[in-house]
Amino acid sequence: MSKIHVSTTVNGDPVEFLADPRETLLDALRNQLDLTGTKEGCGTGDCGACSVTVDGTLVCSCLMLAAEANGKRVETIEGMAREELHPLQRKFIEHAALQCGYCTPGILVAAKALLERNPDPTDTEVRYWLAGNLCRCTGYDKIIRAVQDAAAEMRQDHRGAA
Amino acid sequence: MARDDVKTGYKLIGTRPNRPDGLDKVTGRARYGADFSLPGMLHAAVVRSPHAHARIVKIDASKALALDGVKAVVTRADLPTGLTGEDLNLQDNTLAGDTALYDGHAVAAVAASSALLAQDAARLIEVTYEVLPHVTDVDAAMAPGAPVIREGVADYSVPEGMHGNVARYMEFGHGDVEAGFAAADIVRAQTYKTEATHQGYIEPHACVGQMGEDGRGEMWVCTQGHWYIRRMCAAVLGIEAANLRVTPSEIGGGFGGKTTIFMEPLSLALSKKAGGRPVKLVMSRSEVLRATGPTASASMDVKLGMKTDGTITAGQVYFRMQGGAFRGMSPIGEALPCAFACYDIPALKHEAVEVIANRPKAAAYRAPGSPMAAFAVESLVDEMCRELKLDPIEVRLKNGATNGSKSSYGPVYNVIGLKETLEAAQAHPNYAIPLGPNQGRGVASGFWFNHGGETSVTLAVGEDGTATVMIGTPDIGGSRASIGLMVAETLGIPYENVRVNVVETGALGVNEPTHGSRATFASGKAAVEAARQAIAEMCRRAAADWGIDADAVEWKDGAAHPAGPNAGKFPPMTIGEIGAKMGSTGGPISGHHEVTAEGVGASFGTHVVDVEVDPETGRTTVLRYLVVQDAGTAIHPAYVEGQYQGGAAQGIGWALNEEYVYGADGRLQNPVFLDYRIPVASDLPMIDTVIIEVPNPGHPYGVRGVGETGITPPLPAVASAIAGATGARIRSLPCSPPKVLAAIKAART
Repeated sequence: MSKIHVSTTVNGDPVEFLADPRETLLDALRNQLDLTGTKEGCGTGDCGACSVTVDGTLVCSCLMLAAEANGKRVETIEGMAREELHPLQRKFIEHAALQCGYCTPGILVAAKALLERNPDPTDTEVRYWLAGNLCRCTGYDKIIRAVQDAAAEMRQDHRGAA
Repeated sequence: MARDDVKTGYKLIGTRPNRPDGLDKVTGRARYGADFSLPGMLHAAVVRSPHAHARIVKIDASKALALDGVKAVVTRADLPTGLTGEDLNLQDNTLAGDTALYDGHAVAAVAASSALLAQDAARLIEVTYEVLPHVTDVDAAMAPGAPVIREGVADYSVPEGMHGNVARYMEFGHGDVEAGFAAADIVRAQTYKTEATHQGYIEPHACVGQMGEDGRGEMWVCTQGHWYIRRMCAAVLGIEAANLRVTPSEIGGGFGGKTTIFMEPLSLALSKKAGGRPVKLVMSRSEVLRATGPTASASMDVKLGMKTDGTITAGQVYFRMQGGAFRGMSPIGEALPCAFACYDIPALKHEAVEVIANRPKAAAYRAPGSPMAAFAVESLVDEMCRELKLDPIEVRLKNGATNGSKSSYGPVYNVIGLKETLEAAQAHPNYAIPLGPNQGRGVASGFWFNHGGETSVTLAVGEDGTATVMIGTPDIGGSRASIGLMVAETLGIPYENVRVNVVETGALGVNEPTHGSRATFASGKAAVEAARQAIAEMCRRAAADWGIDADAVEWKDGAAHPAGPNAGKFPPMTIGEIGAKMGSTGGPISGHHEVTAEGVGASFGTHVVDVEVDPETGRTTVLRYLVVQDAGTAIHPAYVEGQYQGGAAQGIGWALNEEYVYGADGRLQNPVFLDYRIPVASDLPMIDTVIIEVPNPGHPYGVRGVGETGITPPLPAVASAIAGATGARIRSLPCSPPKVLAAIKAART
């Protein structure tokens, strides 16, 4: 089966690779681009461990073909911290919002996408937004608190900057 | 960094610093099982039985091997023969022999130049099966007429006349049970069932194995215990343990399910056949659910006698458990001792059988056996409390085990905190919140033994006065942080100056896995002893420098101080000063401690849950949840709370949603997360925690171990809350909406 030439942008960097037509975006990120921060937990779009954004939309990268990323802008966990950690990343460490840490990249990517749309969510809104991101270790309590604390800090910073 | 509790006088223990591996884990840099790759690496896929029970007539791999890029196929014929006991069980589970014993049982494996090609090749391996009769339910497997799925499975303990699928039998007790029931005002007996559930770690099993034709190999694997991986792979493959070097990756959850092997030997066997090229093997989620460690399913009879004042006079249980098609995999040996562990009852009789069935080989799951036992016993206690209109906490306080009571399974409890958890639950605001219509409250207590186990730890002092600690228990939930805190406290240096590394099998003596709630207890205890050794050596170095007796030196605040008659004669010599010149004062300074750790402290907890049940749909919503558990000492309280909350969430899942569903054909019907539904964020409320600290005298800082007890009370507590809300008692988990709705309708008629 001939491969498909894919040209895309990942975390701001232009990248090119040859994709098997069956290859998922998740597998291409992990195996072709060595971006192993994005995880596979199920391969069926049920667990959210593979969450990335494509042109700003939150997707399960296991449900998207690598070839579909051609010409798109992909953001992964590896692109979340710029010069310093994103407030969500910092708050997850401070609140002990991770135990094994395997779901953490997907939850951080999903939570960032939430706060970009809704900077002041209720707990219930956070819980429903993250309902597609399974965590088996924490019972979600500290995750919700970390997201809310990060959101509060980001609102404060935003007001400070305005 | 504020201490939660100042009464202990510790500087660091009880604080909540950032975990040392936190940065790697929030940036995607942490390397888990599937994140590891090597030059020249191949990828593998496994062929699995689609039948619950079938004789393997023929395996034809010729079409697969004809594909370009396919390098090796392994079947049972490639593995050594002559194994016995659990080694044979492990080998039988790694690859089926003559017979596939469950849906998903591995039959062959293939290695190829890409993962997609390996999957293509696996589909081209033709297996001819002769389907055999099967049985998957625990009660059905020992019913008259059930097919005997393996001959000769019974061990010496099984009495004559039991069904051929019964593999083990167990009984013990004390006191006169019949007299106890005669002395009771009411005697009630019920049967309870729990379905198998899966640990549900989000990271599927993954490894990279490499082995040459000389039988020497290496493995990188996500596991709770890499020495177990080494020993088990060596046994299955017939190689020497010392010739296999196993390095643990970061681990994406385990909960007991990663304390054994499943497909790991296949990567080594494929590598050897492929000329020593490394082979990566990563399970899919459906492979995880079909073929790795679920817990046992259970069917349990309980009988209790109670006086009208709540005094329990006698108890009796008969548990039936299946843990797959292999003897020794169901936790009857843990479930029975856990059944009445929270109580001090004058007469008890315990009896259990293990039965085999066409299901995957069960693995440990967080307090193995205890949640099922608690569901049975705590549910019946609650039923009788409701019948006699007694407060469930008062009844548990009246009958509860306490310091010095002889446990239900024999040993005398030393210092335990069960009553403290009950009193704290009773005093908690949640216990007084008024309930509305269709709402109910459930209470249950739970127990886990905790475990010590084989432990080996080394600590090395650096030239700059920092400390590197080498441990052999993988860090699943923050144990690097807790061990780092204990070492820093002992040495009297900043937490940031201690680095705790989980090291490979070549670097330490044998360590048991991170299991039995033992990592912070046992590796922590050994790390403290190693630090004390290093302190003794540093005191000797300082004494030699000062020309005084080593006994006249004391260690405090990270420095050697002259003491006794020499006090104040010399300025203190810090760990940094001693480290800087250790090369000229006698060489490197380290401490090492290895032990089969004793002195574990039994763990008790009490949970209170409020639910609301929708009478139209039978759907249960958890309104609020309280976990109270004795930690001994909470070294890092945030991660103690995390264990409590995570255990409660898993227990809630077991109580409400999770179950293995087998079809009439013996195939697992729900091997994906969409259908095997673990709790999601929108299913749960915040989970309130109260940490009780009744220090364990068997640990230098009082640690008990906190990992497991938390999954135990939710099963009965949730079912009891539903009974309170609806008047309908669910005695068969999960309390799924259709089941609750049917029970509500039945209770009304």
